[in-house]
Amino acid sequence: MPRRQDLESILILGSGPIVIGQACEFDYSGTQACKALREDGFRIILVNSNPATIMTDPETADRTYIEPITPDVVARIIEKERPDAILPTLGGQTALNCAMKLADGGVLERFGVEMIGANRDAIQKAEGRMEFREAMERIGLEVARSRLAYSMDEARKAVAEIGLPCVIRPGFTLGGTGGGIAYNMDEFEAICRNGLDQSMNSELLIEESIIGWKEFELEVMRDRKDNVVVICSIENFDPMGVHTGDSITVAPAQTLTDREYQLMRDAAQRVMREIGVDTGGSNVQFAINPRDGRMIVIEMNPRVSRSSALASKATGFPIAKMAAKLAVGYSLDEIRNDITKVTPASFEPTIDYCVVKFPRWAFEKFPTADSTLTTQMKSVGEVMAIGRTFKEAMQKALRSLETGRSGFGEVPGKPHTKARPVDREEVRANLATPRQHRIDWIRTALLMSMSVDEISDYSGIDPWFLDQLAELVEHERVLADRAQAGLAALDAAFLRETKGLGYSDRQIARAVGGTCTEWQVREHRKALGVLPNYKLVDTCAAEFESYTPYYYSTYEAGEDEVRPITDATTGERKQHVMVLGGGPNRIGQGIEFDYCCVHAAFALSELGFATVMVNSNPETVSTDFDTSDMLFFEPLTHEDVINIVDRIAPRGIIVQFGGQTPLNLARGLQDAGAPLVGTHVDSIDAAEDRDLFARVCRRIGLAQPPSGMASNFAEAEAVAERVGYPVVVRPSFVLGGRAMEIVYERASLERYMERHGAEATSERPILVDKFVEGAIEVDVDAISDGEMVVIGGIMEHIEEAGVHSGDSSCSLPPYSLSEGLIAEIAEATKRLARELKVIGLMNVQYAVQGARLFVLEANPRASRTVPFVSKAIGHPLAKYAARAMLGDRLTAIGFTEQIEPPHFSVKAPVFPFNKFQGVDTILGPEMKSTGEVMGIDKNFGAAFAKAMLGAGIDLPREGTVFLSVRDEDKRFVIGQAARLVNLGLQLVATSGTARTLANSGIPVQRVFKVHEGRPHVLDLIKNREVRLIINTPSGRLERSDDRQIRSSSVSYKVPCITTLAASSATIQALEWIRNRELSVVPLQDYHVQQHATGAPAASGAAVSAPADRARD
Amino acid sequence: MAPPRTRGRLRGNVTRTERQPARLALEDGLVLTGRGFGADRETIGELVFNTSITGYQEILTDPSYRGQTVLLTQPHIGNYGVNGEDEESGRLWLSGLIVREAARRTSSFRAVGDLHEYLVQHGVPGIERVDTRMLTRRVRDAGAMRVLITRDLDSSAETLVERVRSAPSISAEDHVAVVTTPQVIEWTRSHESPFAARSPGAAGPEALRLRVVAYDFGAKRNILRSLVASGFDLTVVPANTPAEAVLERDPDGVFLSNGPGDPAVVDYAVRAARALVQKVPVFGICLGHQILAQVFGATTFKMKFGHHGGNQPVMDLQTEKVEITSQNHSFAVDPERLPESVEVTHVNLNDHTVEGLRHRELPTFSVQYHPEAAPGPHDALYLFDRFRALIEGARCS
Repeated sequence: MPRRQDLESILILGSGPIVIGQACEFDYSGTQACKALREDGFRIILVNSNPATIMTDPETADRTYIEPITPDVVARIIEKERPDAILPTLGGQTALNCAMKLADGGVLERFGVEMIGANRDAIQKAEGRMEFREAMERIGLEVARSRLAYSMDEARKAVAEIGLPCVIRPGFTLGGTGGGIAYNMDEFEAICRNGLDQSMNSELLIEESIIGWKEFELEVMRDRKDNVVVICSIENFDPMGVHTGDSITVAPAQTLTDREYQLMRDAAQRVMREIGVDTGGSNVQFAINPRDGRMIVIEMNPRVSRSSALASKATGFPIAKMAAKLAVGYSLDEIRNDITKVTPASFEPTIDYCVVKFPRWAFEKFPTADSTLTTQMKSVGEVMAIGRTFKEAMQKALRSLETGRSGFGEVPGKPHTKARPVDREEVRANLATPRQHRIDWIRTALLMSMSVDEISDYSGIDPWFLDQLAELVEHERVLADRAQAGLAALDAAFLRETKGLGYSDRQIARAVGGTCTEWQVREHRKALGVLPNYKLVDTCAAEFESYTPYYYSTYEAGEDEVRPITDATTGERKQHVMVLGGGPNRIGQGIEFDYCCVHAAFALSELGFATVMVNSNPETVSTDFDTSDMLFFEPLTHEDVINIVDRIAPRGIIVQFGGQTPLNLARGLQDAGAPLVGTHVDSIDAAEDRDLFARVCRRIGLAQPPSGMASNFAEAEAVAERVGYPVVVRPSFVLGGRAMEIVYERASLERYMERHGAEATSERPILVDKFVEGAIEVDVDAISDGEMVVIGGIMEHIEEAGVHSGDSSCSLPPYSLSEGLIAEIAEATKRLARELKVIGLMNVQYAVQGARLFVLEANPRASRTVPFVSKAIGHPLAKYAARAMLGDRLTAIGFTEQIEPPHFSVKAPVFPFNKFQGVDTILGPEMKSTGEVMGIDKNFGAAFAKAMLGAGIDLPREGTVFLSVRDEDKRFVIGQAARLVNLGLQLVATSGTARTLANSGIPVQRVFKVHEGRPHVLDLIKNREVRLIINTPSGRLERSDDRQIRSSSVSYKVPCITTLAASSATIQALEWIRNRELSVVPLQDYHVQQHATGAPAASGAAVSAPADRARD
Repeated sequence: MAPPRTRGRLRGNVTRTERQPARLALEDGLVLTGRGFGADRETIGELVFNTSITGYQEILTDPSYRGQTVLLTQPHIGNYGVNGEDEESGRLWLSGLIVREAARRTSSFRAVGDLHEYLVQHGVPGIERVDTRMLTRRVRDAGAMRVLITRDLDSSAETLVERVRSAPSISAEDHVAVVTTPQVIEWTRSHESPFAARSPGAAGPEALRLRVVAYDFGAKRNILRSLVASGFDLTVVPANTPAEAVLERDPDGVFLSNGPGDPAVVDYAVRAARALVQKVPVFGICLGHQILAQVFGATTFKMKFGHHGGNQPVMDLQTEKVEITSQNHSFAVDPERLPESVEVTHVNLNDHTVEGLRHRELPTFSVQYHPEAAPGPHDALYLFDRFRALIEGARCS
């Protein structure tokens, strides 16, 4: 069956902001789908609120709506664009839920839009717990015994039948939000209460515990001819009880006999057919009792998922692209396998390597959160590693994580891995309870000679995996033994064996000890000819010749398959340029950097270079083998990168686009003679080094907040006294805003130094800066070719200075700064760029206090805001920067003047607080958000409203607002309160704020603080009597009231605003939505199409008026 | 702290002994050093690679591999040990085994032994820790060649290569004569494992039993089990049984099994089949398919490296559905010289080779692949029911 001719235009829904459980994998799948369908001549309408995506690049779709993915907004887009079909299976749970609401609300029927991929009934059957269970029983498959509950009473009845421990799963949530395992009734009550709240349909499934069983996933595809193929089998290292997103996973499955595997395959096929996923990819999860092989179906996702992205990267089979093709009528046998180019897509990939995925958590950002891994996903990112064996892949995965480790052994700074006597009971307890460091406890257990069987008994991890790790521990002993005689004693055969087990040069250097460095090990091994070989990922275990240059390294004595890229016409070897990616997603480093890397690859490819991507993050567009000319799926460590440099001898290497990860490698690569391009490493250092940067600022006459350094409390106090409180304190030796705090008085400073000062020395001091109070923070992205500097965008933060820039909403252009100040900021930025000799991108952060401008920091690299700015101004800054780095002039690129768009673009952050029960939601200098959304409109209030909606914040049009502000804010709150009253909202406030308002004649009702009596403010929140909370906390005292208000606002999903600047913006948004409908305008209408020529004529006037802006 | 869950089944089965170096020499001159496991003896076989991820025990016990040394592309082999249910014949037939890594630890509740001991018991040598991908690519590009596995560390590389080059040709041998059953067997066993496939239309206990004579050219047990499950009473006969001896049993149908080696060698089987197709419905699998093709005047040719794996896409031209199939063959039917009397029913979508044939008039059909799976997907199990329907149709008419 070829392409359907009755469809002409297709609406694709994205997944919105990055949240835990929904990350860049959906940009990867959505982008693939858009490309695949446009290839076939479909008109693609795309909706996604996340600007940091390749899919929202104006070139990816025909009509790109950066608008909130809510049923209302999408309905309006449908009305305007009249698509023939909607494809909801590529944008995660967000897209699926939105599409279901559109179907339920009759919107699809009203406008004659067909749901393709999966239909409403299939989604209902797969996602509704009871429907799924019944469906499984119909086809003779077992599910865990379970009962449904819609109230606490029903839940209690259910658990009486099922027994404890039991698993609680709320219906229609993503990433298992609100679920958990209860071992006692207290836990049961707590989890159920939260689960009922989180579930879209207030539904809980109380389920028999199969904790400790083995967990497997199959990635399945089906076409309209009912052909069903399994793309990949995945075995979870961690047994049942840990969310698959938090599990270490392995592909292919390693411990199933063929008979067991084929029965699972049969079951997956039956599930596909029974649920009725007509076309596309699904993920089916199974639990297997390790004692008798009893198989239970856990769940099925009728859409592409995180696991399918992983499966695509693990096998080379592009699931999302195929899913899109199948949805429009093709059958699998009609589509070619991109990798072999001769065989069809109707086959099952087989692989001749082992793939390990390892999650990356961010518990250090939420120290009070419970770090036990449960059925609710908590990791923020993941890495994937490929090796010829599990051992090699596991060690590569561990060093890909960028948590300071260089493999399975020797974890710096982790006490339980030191060779100290460890209490067996402590080890057992840590084996039994899954937490992020369980892998280290396994090592500890092996080091103390605990048997693989005992470790398996406590952890439930399959002995085969554990024995693989035991082999590493055994080899480590041999290595340590042989290394005693020095590096020279390690001969080629032994080194090759060691490297083949995945050991890094650094691990070997540590084993040798003394002054032996990683570099010496490398030189020694190179002299002995122990070099990595690069093998192809080819979907077919080498059965067919493959053409896609997708590589991984391995150390077996054998064959290397790297083929440099040659020019198609001349046959000459092209100049290769490497782009180093960003590694695993984490808070502070995510999809934005992947976006920049992808743009670099696109731009350089257009210039005729062969582009070479290096990355370890399977969720990304950068690791799509279509993105660059060569893909190396490798850890981003010095050793792994320099090996590739050796192999392909690139003309240039771009380290400025992948965030901190490649930047950390820059100096080492430079020293090793690798040809870095763009801003010189010395300039990067000058910007990062405090003294050097202070000198730069002084030279060009820019003010910085006064500051000093301290290695103990007395020194810190002296600095604080000199510059005056409040001060911002942070350790110089910790990256990314970690442990950064604002300290208001001596006692807090003392407490801080007690916590963090111990590690400080004069070389690694605590930095103490004057905190510029009440200031507005400004972010600037600029681009320079070494001669000319052009401002990309100036963003005014909505939260005041002190909140991490990644956690602050911002507006482009600035909405309150004077023209004079804006000009001053632009000028300062240009001076900085010239002084730092920037070639490429630079980001500068300023604080504006009154009319005074302070430079906070400058980063001569791509920043988190580059994609946002690019979409706001309609120019792909990262592409331009990549060209500039390879020698193009901005005049040649055609970007010579700052763009001043006639519309407002607002960026708003999204936080993971709902995943970490009881964690304080207060914002500070340490970044906590996982993602962001963008709202665009001619009016600031409307743009802000869109951003809020996109971030999932429900702006109330009626009801009650709770106000409680600190004393300094009291006089400013009066005006805001009056505007809220004008909007028809009721006000309640705690005593002080209430008095202030009442004195100004504003109608307000007083409500008790928690300790004042009942009903108090928390009761109001829990009874859902409050629709919006404005609560500015006093920075000086830890007030438990504030904390409780904020955390219950998370639990009960009441928007909670913690700064007056944000509440002012929110009120503007409320005022807008009260009287008007939000417009929906595609990006293509905001900006002139520039990509036709590739070199746009840049000028402030080059912006067309949005088509339907007439209505305001 | 809760008491540990006891998993007695998982204890033991760890090969802790250090494996000794072993070498591998290829006809094209390549010599590699790895480590030996399994039997400590030298072996020469024709190198074939199999891309199945699971199912090594079924592969080891498949008689079709006689004379061949099998390279498994899945790097980790032996993980789940060996058990009594997954044997496809009573012994191991292949010459040698090449893997990237042979597990030292077995983990499966089904396991009764480990891979290393199993190979030792059956006298089959193995070599691990060699670049199996490189070897696969060589075979893919240069075609089938012979390989030597040895623990001889003293001889020069040239000597080893000379040894493999001067070994007698493997393909000229009649392997079928070796692997076939020496006497007639009444086979009554259906699927007994709780992990057996559930055939789509498996005959119920009340279904009429049909009598089928199955030629054993090296039949896999799961074919026999699948036939019984589809309602056949089986008499398994030696490969050289003349047609008359079969017809004397008055069977409802005849089945021609898979088996090792060159189909041109088993002329006796072609003769028997030629007589049988005129009298009874016949179904052939793999070698049985190649024999039937010869009966009708088609020829077979040796493929460059054959099809050995569990992911080969085959289209049933009648339904246009794609089935993912288990395959193990080095020869194929030449599509250029097909007689008018037969039609192609199935094709391989990777290389468009003939995967199934049907006679236009006679009740005879065959497939090149393995519907019984073991190892491999169960997509083609319907063919056993198709055989039943064919017989029932022939009886009615």
